[in-house]
Amino acid sequence: MLNFTPSLIIPELYMALLLVALFVQTVTDSIKDRTDWLAYAALGGVVVAALSMSQSGMMFYDSYQIDGLSQFFKLVIALGLAICVLNALRNTTLGKTPRADYFFFMFMSAFGLMLLSSTVELFTIYISLELASYSLYILLPLRNENPRAVEGAIKYALFGAVATAIGLFGVSYIIAGQHTTYIHELATMNWSFAEQPMALIGLGLFALAFLYKLALFPFHFWAPDVYQGASNETAAFAATLPKVGAIVVLVRLMGLDPGVEVKIVLAVFATLSMTLGNILALRQTDLKRLLAYSSVAHAGFVVMGLVAGGAYGLAAASYYALVYVVMNLTIFWVITRLADDGRDIQLHDLKGMHHSTPLLAFVLAVAAFGLVGLPPTGGFTGKLFLLNAAWGEGFYLLVIIAAINTAIAIFYYLNMVRHAYTMDQATPSVVPSTVIGASVALALALGVLYLGLMPQGLFDLLLQASGALLL
Amino acid sequence: MIDTGFPVLSALIFFPLLAAIGLFFLRDERTIRLYTLVVGLIEMGLAAPLFRFDLSTAEFQFVEIMPWVPAWNMHYHVGVDGISILMIFLTVLLLPLCVLCSWTYIGKRVKEFHFCLLLMIGACVGIFSALDFVLFYIFWEAMLIPMFLLIAVWGGPNKRYASLKFFIYTLAGSTLFLAAIVAFFVNTGTFSIPELMTHEYSFRFQFWTFLAMALAFAIKVPMFPFHTWLPAAHVEAPTAGSVLLASILLKMGTYGFLRFCLPLTPAASEYFAPLMITISIVSILYGGAIALGQRDMKKLIAYSSVAHMGFVTLGIFVFTMRGVEGAIMQMINHGITTGALFMLVGAIYERSHSREIADNMGLGKYLPAYMFFFGLFAIASFGFPGTNGFVSEALVLIGVFEASYLLGALAIPGVMLAAAYMLRLGLKLAWGQPSQAATWKDLNIREWVYLAPLAVLVLYLGLMPTLALKTINPSVVHLLNQYESRKTLHLESSLQPEPPVQSIQLSATRGTDQ
Repeated sequence: MLNFTPSLIIPELYMALLLVALFVQTVTDSIKDRTDWLAYAALGGVVVAALSMSQSGMMFYDSYQIDGLSQFFKLVIALGLAICVLNALRNTTLGKTPRADYFFFMFMSAFGLMLLSSTVELFTIYISLELASYSLYILLPLRNENPRAVEGAIKYALFGAVATAIGLFGVSYIIAGQHTTYIHELATMNWSFAEQPMALIGLGLFALAFLYKLALFPFHFWAPDVYQGASNETAAFAATLPKVGAIVVLVRLMGLDPGVEVKIVLAVFATLSMTLGNILALRQTDLKRLLAYSSVAHAGFVVMGLVAGGAYGLAAASYYALVYVVMNLTIFWVITRLADDGRDIQLHDLKGMHHSTPLLAFVLAVAAFGLVGLPPTGGFTGKLFLLNAAWGEGFYLLVIIAAINTAIAIFYYLNMVRHAYTMDQATPSVVPSTVIGASVALALALGVLYLGLMPQGLFDLLLQASGALLL
Repeated sequence: MIDTGFPVLSALIFFPLLAAIGLFFLRDERTIRLYTLVVGLIEMGLAAPLFRFDLSTAEFQFVEIMPWVPAWNMHYHVGVDGISILMIFLTVLLLPLCVLCSWTYIGKRVKEFHFCLLLMIGACVGIFSALDFVLFYIFWEAMLIPMFLLIAVWGGPNKRYASLKFFIYTLAGSTLFLAAIVAFFVNTGTFSIPELMTHEYSFRFQFWTFLAMALAFAIKVPMFPFHTWLPAAHVEAPTAGSVLLASILLKMGTYGFLRFCLPLTPAASEYFAPLMITISIVSILYGGAIALGQRDMKKLIAYSSVAHMGFVTLGIFVFTMRGVEGAIMQMINHGITTGALFMLVGAIYERSHSREIADNMGLGKYLPAYMFFFGLFAIASFGFPGTNGFVSEALVLIGVFEASYLLGALAIPGVMLAAAYMLRLGLKLAWGQPSQAATWKDLNIREWVYLAPLAVLVLYLGLMPTLALKTINPSVVHLLNQYESRKTLHLESSLQPEPPVQSIQLSATRGTDQ
């Protein structure tokens, strides 16, 4: 049944409408640089996504599912997009690129991610992923003809294409083994290695495409170059939302309850990812590069929840995805405010922040302590949920390594705070402050704290959503 | 249980935090100091209802409990018993004193300084009153951030090294503690500390969780091989930072041993007691011997802390009534005397701009009031009869001798060392030559105000410790009875095979919403 019910997909329709408007702008010379309206449009998208939180239903021959999980992630994406747009409106590194083009691809990528959170059929998932990825491939090199940006983008695109090709190859194995591509049908199948080796391998390969997006070790090598190469505003987008898209699909795939072999492999990747990411981050001085390695470590944490599985594990992974996005948007917001000329921020640029921009320094500290996982921030609460879930399923070593990783990670995050609070610059830099810059920064920091102190409502929501996934 | 309807503990925890936000709206430095001082006095007033503490029961009192994250069975759960209430009083008392002793010492970024101070006090009260494991851990870690900033921003010349070492050391120690908390939760389905105390754990489980917890607490105390962060942090920290560090932070470690290790892992505590006793004695002797050779006053007092805290852990791990009571008294007394000594060092530093003993000699003639206070706290520190230090050290030693003569004989040199290094310091400060103190002013009224309450406490607890002992007695009796009954029980039950993997229990305890 086609089952097309427009009222269920208002967020997507709203995005499609914005894309049409943007497309018209890109081909009309007189208005192609007037993009300020997008701030309101993106905030409108958040409202629309929030209003359609409680929808549920199936569409397009059962390939498109509106459920608690999808609506939650759509809201996260809409929220993240709004912040990225607010951030990118002042992007000074676009050069000759029309602003409308830039935002067209950003919205297109977010649109693809929204589709990704609802699709429940492997080919539809694949197409949504490509929609999100290809837009991102175009977005990344848009930085004043900067060769590093192009280098990063090419790395990302080439390896990304290979990763998705392998994913597609995995689909063929799944079809060969299980004769269907619909997730709700796959959920009833047997996924043990003994019975269905081919399907399980296929599932692993398919998941690989998404682990690549998540920058999990050993698919992480693109992250540092892409983060550093892309302009700060683009990096803020590329560092957060695509990972959310990857996590929602991985949550759905792990909802199939695959055999223990996949879980063990993922657990090994997770431990290596968090340890290696943290160790490599220790010696970075470029802030974006540092955050790239930190994101590799965080990918390991999220995967810990996926490995644990079950309603609690998947809900914990989803919750951590949200926390991760908010924390990263917060710290990238600070970075873009500091780099008003679009340069790459180094650690020593943070010196004297307590004096020049006390508010941003505070926000940076909140975000950094959140990324370490110190209470009372969301980073701690999210991590606690993950540890609980993983220990409950018997992954003791994973939990212990994850706990020890906090001790490794503390140095480089604390180093940022140290630069901001205890060191001074010879010539104090002036950071222009705007009302929007300050208020969004404060709102994001409060968000990080809120997620740490009041996780109950959102977590219950996710618990129901992931519980529904397992039935 | 007393139910006054007024959430005393929550008020004590959150009032400083809310007051800290108020600081943002103040500009003038003097106003900020006055504001924080008034906040401190109000906080003391808020603690007044705690005097209705019921001395006859070992149960938790002033309990507040409300659901926080039902999905994981986490609660906002606070309460006090005899072990924690005195520490809360001490914490609350220290806030106004710290403001006063930083009045002229802290000259830059005054607002942020008082902000950190208020956060610290709120978190510290939280630590001593939390009855939910996660809540405890949140305060335990959250307290690191303001303390780090206190050292890193307002510290001495070597502050970067000291603050980083402090932070990494303590954080690294508590990471495995978090894993232990998770393990307890998965095993029992609850984070509630009183409830966890009623559960049974296999010996293997106790073995590992004890180690994970003991590492976190041993670093905090600090016990012998993990003590190196303490001298660095103490020397570099500003006066108020040193005071909080010595008086409250170190006590969190020993409090952790009493609150978690003994009740939750009795069999493992028994098993590891010889190890803990050994490193306690090493701490006592080593800390004392190193203190004897210091030239820097703060470093000397820092090493003396290592030795004094060794008495606390020694008292705890001999598992005798007097030993544990003495340990708790020693926690309070060390907090009072060492805090006061650090305040005195801060006061003289403002005059001489040096912490070297050689630069601060011969004060007896020119600063008699200062020397009076210094002498009082110094003799209290090494346990002179009539002062509070005597009561606690005597109790600990009686407890230790009850357990074993050999151990007692080993601890006695520690007491003598304490007398030696403190008298050496006192003698040099009072009569050493050459003296540069001729032009220095004696204590002013502000300094009198913040030293006098502590001096009164030294004498009060030294001469009339009855009330304090009565307060802690029921809880200690309960703690040791529980311990005695459960350590044997555990050794038997640990012979039985382990229960199946915990996930079954976990899903059983987790409601019906799946």
